[in-house]
Amino acid sequence: MSILIDETTRVLVQGFTGDKATFHAKEMMAYGTQIVGGVTPGKGGTRHLDRPVFNTVREAVRATGATASIIFVPAAFCADSIMEAANAGIRLICTITDGIPAQDMMMVKRYLLRFPKERRTTLIGPNCAGIISAGRAMLGIMPGHIYSRGHVGLVTRSGTLGYEAAAQMNALGIGQTTSVGIGGDPINGSSFVDVLKLFEEDPETEAVMMIGEIGGPQEAEASLFVKEHMSKPVIGYVAGLTAPKGRRMGHAGAIISAFGDTAAEKAEIMRTAGLTVAPSPAELGSTVAAALAKRSQRSTVAVK
Amino acid sequence: MDIHEYQAKELLAGFGVAIPRGGVAYSPEQAVYRASEIGGSRWAVKAQIHSGARGKAGGIKLCSSEDEVRQAAKGLLGKRLVTHQTGPEGRVVHRLYVEAAVPIDRELYLGLVLDRKTERIMIVAHPQGGMEIEEIAQSAPDSILREVVEPAIGMSAFQAREIAYGLGLAPAQVSRAVITLLGAYRAFRDLDATMVEINPLVVTKDGQVLALDCKMTFDDNAMFRRPNVSELRDYAEEDPRESQAAEYGLNYVALEGDIGCIINGAGLAMATMDMIKHAGGHPANFLDVGGGASPDRVAAAFRLVLSDEKIGAILVNIFAGINRCDWVAQGVVQAARETQLGIPLVVRLAGTNVEEGRKILNDSGLPIITADSLSEAAERVVQAFNASRSQSPARGRAASGLAGGNGQS
Repeated sequence: MSILIDETTRVLVQGFTGDKATFHAKEMMAYGTQIVGGVTPGKGGTRHLDRPVFNTVREAVRATGATASIIFVPAAFCADSIMEAANAGIRLICTITDGIPAQDMMMVKRYLLRFPKERRTTLIGPNCAGIISAGRAMLGIMPGHIYSRGHVGLVTRSGTLGYEAAAQMNALGIGQTTSVGIGGDPINGSSFVDVLKLFEEDPETEAVMMIGEIGGPQEAEASLFVKEHMSKPVIGYVAGLTAPKGRRMGHAGAIISAFGDTAAEKAEIMRTAGLTVAPSPAELGSTVAAALAKRSQRSTVAVK
Repeated sequence: MDIHEYQAKELLAGFGVAIPRGGVAYSPEQAVYRASEIGGSRWAVKAQIHSGARGKAGGIKLCSSEDEVRQAAKGLLGKRLVTHQTGPEGRVVHRLYVEAAVPIDRELYLGLVLDRKTERIMIVAHPQGGMEIEEIAQSAPDSILREVVEPAIGMSAFQAREIAYGLGLAPAQVSRAVITLLGAYRAFRDLDATMVEINPLVVTKDGQVLALDCKMTFDDNAMFRRPNVSELRDYAEEDPRESQAAEYGLNYVALEGDIGCIINGAGLAMATMDMIKHAGGHPANFLDVGGGASPDRVAAAFRLVLSDEKIGAILVNIFAGINRCDWVAQGVVQAARETQLGIPLVVRLAGTNVEEGRKILNDSGLPIITADSLSEAAERVVQAFNASRSQSPARGRAASGLAGGNGQS
């Protein structure tokens, strides 16, 4: 098992015919993802990368039975594309686009709540690297070859720091179930808690690594969730120890503006909640390895 | 994006928020003219810089004659104001706002923020204005009034009334405060603000409700659809290197340290800086070159980092996903040659096409220090920095480095 996607997931690409989307659609197909078509208004009826192109998501869903979509639509029109996909019945939307206005995201999240729980759409991103279920399917822009199949769930805000974590784990022979980039925006589709819930329910995932950064309440909320609802070990890290107050560090959401926003405060909250915190970003892999070793020791004792 | 107080007031006034009479001035003569235009006998001359706490820093002068206005303007224009928000380097005053000084009965706090917990616009108010809300949030969090706005509906009049009564306003002022609250909310929503702060909102002795100091911050991601707001941008208030970085599609934030950083991805950039600190060094900047970094963009990143006089070594850390290590390596070699780099350079490449990238660095003949892992990279750059500083303590730039070998440093 994995979370969110696997080799059977039928995927649409919104903004299919653009350069970036074309490049990454090829990569995703090569990884084994079932890309069943794409949407570019005005190009319906044509074919691209040997897949059908549709004018609307509704048409595309009807013709292909797609349940997931990845969005590369430019920021100015992106909120509209997310809502279009949700309305057409897409259950998982991964938004790569960076630079969506915060108030657009506020409306999008409000819009997603209009659907009853049993048909509600899960939104990952925006401004994220996407999702990869190692060895099964990729719904994102990451270099697929750095992930290997295993038992650790990975959830990060940053794309490249997620790559760093996966590479460190691989060097120690530790693979992943699924890696999810939730993105660096102040208002994002799925939070750390949303993804942790899925990892807790996934039988194949044995431990989770969660990498946050400065700004916002999500790491603290996730720590509380881990403490109260998770049986699996969670290893944490928070990037941005050297970030000054009030300055935006690249990501729209990476800014220290309130109490509890700094990396040191968040790491302390994690520790207090019982998470193992990696002492430095060079020890992401080794901290996971140590946590796994401790867990297997404990379970061996329990079996005896 | 931040704007000046006077600009925020003009915008808010357009949405029905009442403000004292006032006008902008760029010279003492204009300040005096503004005072005579406003009339009355008492004025406030206010330095316009992008910072709060200007009063404490001596940036606001109360004047009772036109001559005092002239003297205050002379004193403030060109002056460097240091507040706890500007940092030790402060900000130079280029613009003034001259405003009618009003007799104040009560000072209140009013703020609107994009709350990340509820992911909604939140109204925050407090019966005691003039103080910093962060301090009140620490000392007496329960005394703060909060209202969360339902995005599909917008702010309702009852929410504004609850706040107005909650602030203890007399019935005569409540309807005025409601107009202010609803106006500030509409401005926030319609102009894509991320923060509106009116501190203080005052009740005058004659019963008016006026916004005495205003601050607005806007969502950079939404400025493409707000030309009327984005034209208010004041480049004099920004670090010129940060504006320059933006033109190249780079994300740059200047810091206090002396080790320059060139990294792809915001998270990896922050983590690399953490690692430098862990190894005993001090990062000089945050710099994200982004995805698809061409050799030109890498070269621009080098020039930008080197424009900081404090730099004594550079660390390049690239984990290539969309990027390709060979392109980045080409850019690094090109930039090191072009800039005749005279300080130690450590490069760590990982991900797509890493072997080709390393080969380009090795074949260049430049004394580039390479590293395979994040920890190695951080340790080596700190080591190289310390070694070059001990050889030439006066200035790292001239110490043994790339250009040092051919006598060009």
